[in-house]
Amino acid sequence: MAHLLLRHRDIENLADLAVYKKHGGFEALKKAVTSMQPEQVTEEVKASGLRGRGGAGFPTGVKWSFLPNNTWPHYVVANADESEPGTFKDREIMTFNPFQFLEGVAIACYAVGANEGYIYLRGEFWQIAHLLDEKIADMEKAGFLGEKLFGSDFSLKLYTHLGAGAYICGEETALLESLEGNRGQPRVRPPFPATYGLYGKPTVVNNVETIANLPLIVTEGATGFRKNGTDKSPGTKIFSLSGNINKPGNYELPLGATFRELIFTCGGGLPEGRKVKGIMPAGASSSIILVNDENFDKVMDTPMDYENVQNVGSMLGSASVIIIDDTHSMDWVISKTVHFFRHESCGKCTPCREGNFWMLNIIDRIGEGHATPRDVTLLKNVATQMQGKCLCALGEFATMAVVSAIERFPEDFTTRVKPA
Amino acid sequence: MPKMVTLTIDNQQVSVPEGALVVDAARKIGIDIPVFCYHPKMEPVGMCRMCLVEIGRPIIDRATGQPVLDETGQPKIQFMPKLETGCTNSVSEGMVVLTRSEKALDGQRGTVEFLLTSHPLDCPICDKGGECPLQNLTMAHAADQSRFILDEKMKMDKHVPLGELIWLDRERCIQCARCIRFQDEIVGEPVIGFYNRGRATDIVTYSDPGFDSIFSGNTTDICPVGALTTSDFRFGARPWEMNQSASVCTQCPVGCNLTFNVRREAKAGGRYVVKRVMPRQNEQVNETWICDKGRFAAHHYTETPERLSTAPDTATLKQVADKLAAAKSDTVVLASGRLSNEDLFNLKKLADGLGGKALLYTHMGGGDAVAAYGLSAGSNLGELGKGDTILVVASDLHDEAPIWWLRLKAAAKRGATLIVANARAIALDHYATYVVRYAYGDEAQTVRGLPTKPKIGDALNGASNLVVFFGADGLGLDGSQALAGACAELVKDRTGKPNNGLVGVWPRVNDQGAWELGFRPSPDLAAELKGKTVYIAAADPAGDDPALADALKEAAFVIAQDILPTATTAAALVALPVLAYTEREGSYVSGERRVQRFYPAVPPRPGLKADYALTAEIARLAGIDLEGRSPLLVMNHLASETNAFADISYAKLAEVTEQWPIVSRGDLYYGGTSYENKQGLGAHLAVSDAKVAGAKVDALRPKEDELLAVPVSTVYDLGTTMTPSKLLSQRIGGPRVALHPAAAEKLGIHNGHPVTVRLNGWEARATAVFDESISTGVVLVYRSFGIPISAPTPVTIAVAEKA
Amino acid sequence: MSLVEKYPDEIKAVLAKYPPERKRSAVMPLLYMAMREEGFVTKQSMQEIADLLEISTTDVAAIIGFYTLYHDKKAGKYRMQVCNDLPCALRGADQFLESLCGNLGIKVGETTPDGLITVEAVMCLAACDKAPMFQIQSGSGLVYHENMTVDKTMELIDALRKGGVEVK
Repeated sequence: MAHLLLRHRDIENLADLAVYKKHGGFEALKKAVTSMQPEQVTEEVKASGLRGRGGAGFPTGVKWSFLPNNTWPHYVVANADESEPGTFKDREIMTFNPFQFLEGVAIACYAVGANEGYIYLRGEFWQIAHLLDEKIADMEKAGFLGEKLFGSDFSLKLYTHLGAGAYICGEETALLESLEGNRGQPRVRPPFPATYGLYGKPTVVNNVETIANLPLIVTEGATGFRKNGTDKSPGTKIFSLSGNINKPGNYELPLGATFRELIFTCGGGLPEGRKVKGIMPAGASSSIILVNDENFDKVMDTPMDYENVQNVGSMLGSASVIIIDDTHSMDWVISKTVHFFRHESCGKCTPCREGNFWMLNIIDRIGEGHATPRDVTLLKNVATQMQGKCLCALGEFATMAVVSAIERFPEDFTTRVKPA
Repeated sequence: MPKMVTLTIDNQQVSVPEGALVVDAARKIGIDIPVFCYHPKMEPVGMCRMCLVEIGRPIIDRATGQPVLDETGQPKIQFMPKLETGCTNSVSEGMVVLTRSEKALDGQRGTVEFLLTSHPLDCPICDKGGECPLQNLTMAHAADQSRFILDEKMKMDKHVPLGELIWLDRERCIQCARCIRFQDEIVGEPVIGFYNRGRATDIVTYSDPGFDSIFSGNTTDICPVGALTTSDFRFGARPWEMNQSASVCTQCPVGCNLTFNVRREAKAGGRYVVKRVMPRQNEQVNETWICDKGRFAAHHYTETPERLSTAPDTATLKQVADKLAAAKSDTVVLASGRLSNEDLFNLKKLADGLGGKALLYTHMGGGDAVAAYGLSAGSNLGELGKGDTILVVASDLHDEAPIWWLRLKAAAKRGATLIVANARAIALDHYATYVVRYAYGDEAQTVRGLPTKPKIGDALNGASNLVVFFGADGLGLDGSQALAGACAELVKDRTGKPNNGLVGVWPRVNDQGAWELGFRPSPDLAAELKGKTVYIAAADPAGDDPALADALKEAAFVIAQDILPTATTAAALVALPVLAYTEREGSYVSGERRVQRFYPAVPPRPGLKADYALTAEIARLAGIDLEGRSPLLVMNHLASETNAFADISYAKLAEVTEQWPIVSRGDLYYGGTSYENKQGLGAHLAVSDAKVAGAKVDALRPKEDELLAVPVSTVYDLGTTMTPSKLLSQRIGGPRVALHPAAAEKLGIHNGHPVTVRLNGWEARATAVFDESISTGVVLVYRSFGIPISAPTPVTIAVAEKA
Repeated sequence: MSLVEKYPDEIKAVLAKYPPERKRSAVMPLLYMAMREEGFVTKQSMQEIADLLEISTTDVAAIIGFYTLYHDKKAGKYRMQVCNDLPCALRGADQFLESLCGNLGIKVGETTPDGLITVEAVMCLAACDKAPMFQIQSGSGLVYHENMTVDKTMELIDALRKGGVEVK
């Protein structure tokens, strides 16, 4: 299959504006701006069934349609804060196929009537921000950004904004706070960014990969887009494959492709013939899918889309598939994930701030061999006590791996603790 | 009227305005949803997750728009799958809230447990112990055994000074951000903030001096744990050991309601001492706040060992009475607005009885205009908003009347048009709709021109309500009197209408009362004193002005009545000590013309009397019958003889109506330690028929190559009521003058360098500071720093010789 | 020299990105600018940024404290930030970090005696497929180094020490 998002893998130097243009670049933007009303673009995206690729899977066109038309200006903010452990897809798109992404941002801006768009990149993407600045300048020079595009009344400016090391800024309201020059702490919702976003104005926040799909949808139409993927999860998806795997990397597959295809066909299986013990399909935020001889085929044949991954006890999220082989104990795995969440908890709400701190204390105790079976129960209780109480999803995500590890891999804990 | 919404909370129905929050609705019917981060005066943030409740809403049939009913005919309620925060959810019609269900309690318990994992639980040594929401909730919710291992608690600094006034205990902080949000949202001085994140989050200040805000003490009241404490109270006493007594702050004309916490102490020789000063809620005056000047300086001057304390014997009083009786119309009573209405009334009666004069000791005129056109019953600055206009002329409210500054800033936020007219840049400019800048001397003229200005004129003429504040920034008696007259013209036609009128930003707490009772300043005080028998009360003319000290030397006989020794009491032939306001009862009139009572906080000093009683005794000895048995009886006389006070009685001043937010010290909803007001909200004076003196002033202009000194005020100065507060001494600084950098350059003066100031035949050293907002011809001289200046006057400034 | 004196045009360009009444947004880019020379934000720069954006110095400090890429204390000229999050750790990042520190004779969080390198362990850098990896943060920016070995890293450090490698 030819790549739709990772087109640079098929076309050399796609990050060069002339090359991108030669391969149909900016035709979608031109088509939208010169021959479609903004609402038509939104309708087309709705019809395409495109779902947010950042993790939540919310229908993109529906999100756009929430913007009220009596409050202006509107803003579009591209979420390039890619920080979920195991996710590295947006980085590849922006580095090697930047114009498809930027064209997508422009299309989104046109659709929602935004004349200014911001690209919020995690601070570590310093080099990419500089690259995008250059590409934005190239587009301005070529007339694809700026005043009165293609002779229409639509004008657009795009800006990059660098974060500075905070996972929480991937949460859209925290991202907006950060962009406003504040500590990146999430806001209480509602109101949602669609009505009260950047600077209190209606704002669309979309993930980079989501946005990179937009030129395709405008060019091919909703029907064309739906040629890939499933009915409820249409399109292709970039799967970031990492962990204990022979060929880690990004793989663009239709949504609904199976774990087997990703892990064995694309990834070449596990090193040294080791066995899959667990899969975290949504990065550190995942419940860990238990894989053993009994359910191996069932898991491997599970289609990776927003619905079916739930059937094996996890979720697709941003499709950052971390493979854990049978040489690792799950208490160690969750020590890594909880360490991450404790470090990244913004501290705004009590359960997340205190819960992650507490969980890591217990996990460390387990790791050091000082724990008793009661501590394992306590760990699970603390995790469940956090669930449903936090201000944003981060605190919730922190508990996923913990609870699933204790429930599905009990022996990894019982062997680590002293008898009561 | 906003639309009302009816909902059910724990099986009780309540109707509240649309948009109200669930926590507030619950409090209305006496249900305490516990909170930490929520504060009824700040935007909800939903951080602490303490107020988790179950919220259900009626299922609405999409086709009909009507609620779906169950088999019993009741609307079917759909509960949210997760617990919701009561502080961020607005009420809606038919909503059902469960605050005590097993699920809700489980959520609340969980939050308390999480908070306690990082909390030191050092209640036995914590200042908040006994009035701490976390302690209360721990007693209510927490398990008797901790699941958290003590050794794993984070150890953090417990004694972190955020400046010299406020201390932080990092272990106790629960990161609710109330203090940070207060400084940002309510005060607009974001000088404390969070540093780090997650569990490492802590409070820092980067201002210089640390926590540089004159409202900082309020953060210790609203801190729901013992993380923030004040330097003057920390480790000082336990809340339950102290008595409470209601009072009124005497530091400025706002009249903030206070509670003094008092206890007997061994280290004070068994005497009663004021341990701390707390705000007492009065939503019409100070809401739940007080400024740091009030908190840290309100009472120290009444407790200094330097107090005048030898009670006068009968012979001395007889001597005084004889002198007065002999002087008759050659008597001059000189009193200041530091005295209560009762004191002033008796002094005035004495002067009247003798046929002498009753003079007000002040540098600011215009109280007669305020008496005639001031605020009247039903006024509340907290109600001003969209459609209303507020004009502030010649006053730096932030420094002169801090709580008014807060309230006007809030009114502007609610949509009121705020016009700030001043000759220099001041803090209120930032919140002003319009800033008017004039030259010193042009105050009255500027005000007269405002109604014809395009936008400002519309805002003044078309205002639903109009309140005009005037002060004496750069002005003396004549200038401020003239300014008051010009301001009065703006509000004249609105007399008697609530929320309309003139407000004087007086230097003292009861200046307005003195004006209402007939005291008037003299344009030439020195001349008035010569050859007269002078009875001075609560004033220090000899200390303030060498010219007045000289004039007193030429007086026939000087009697000085005060609580502290002053240059005047030293110069007087008889010095009469009296009780301080913390030791007695009385009433003051605020700049808003609200009469408020204060009550004794500590027992009276043996042998001493209150001013009104001492004056009555002297009067009696001089053959004039005055009431001196109790302030209530004096007030009765006062009210019957003074039109504006006709409706005032001590009983009326003690009335309390329900205030919002409901603040009571045991509650979980409010979670602060501001005191509930049980002692009276006070009452407005009636519109008075006072005659307003005209004043014509020829603006003094600096001549070519001459500098003009103008007097201005700053919040912390070397005034007699300030200096005994050791705590604030570091913020006072020394005498200073401000001048334009260009003017300074001409004289070779650098910012922050010492200069010599010569004015009125007097020479003093001061520090020069730069102010780019003033003209090059003027020098700002700060009042109450020992440089005698009561009105604009020519000045010479030079680089100071090395001392 | 103040930031405005050093980078007048750049500051103007940064401020132009945001609505004039929202210039607080520029605090993050300005903080990066402030770290260029010393690798950390001095108190003087904090004050200058606060004045420039009309916010308090405490506001600026609160931002520095929240984000991990801002520093207010001096460290090595190059901060070698090794990811040892789960995906990298599954590919040997912990062992890599340990032997790197061993070779340098320092612990995680410490700086080499010559003040050149500070080794830090950081969270996911979105390069999980190329572990072990690290980024080098210096005053002049951030550069990724992927698929690293200890030997390759020591060579890089040598080159940095000699000034032979331009990190930009």
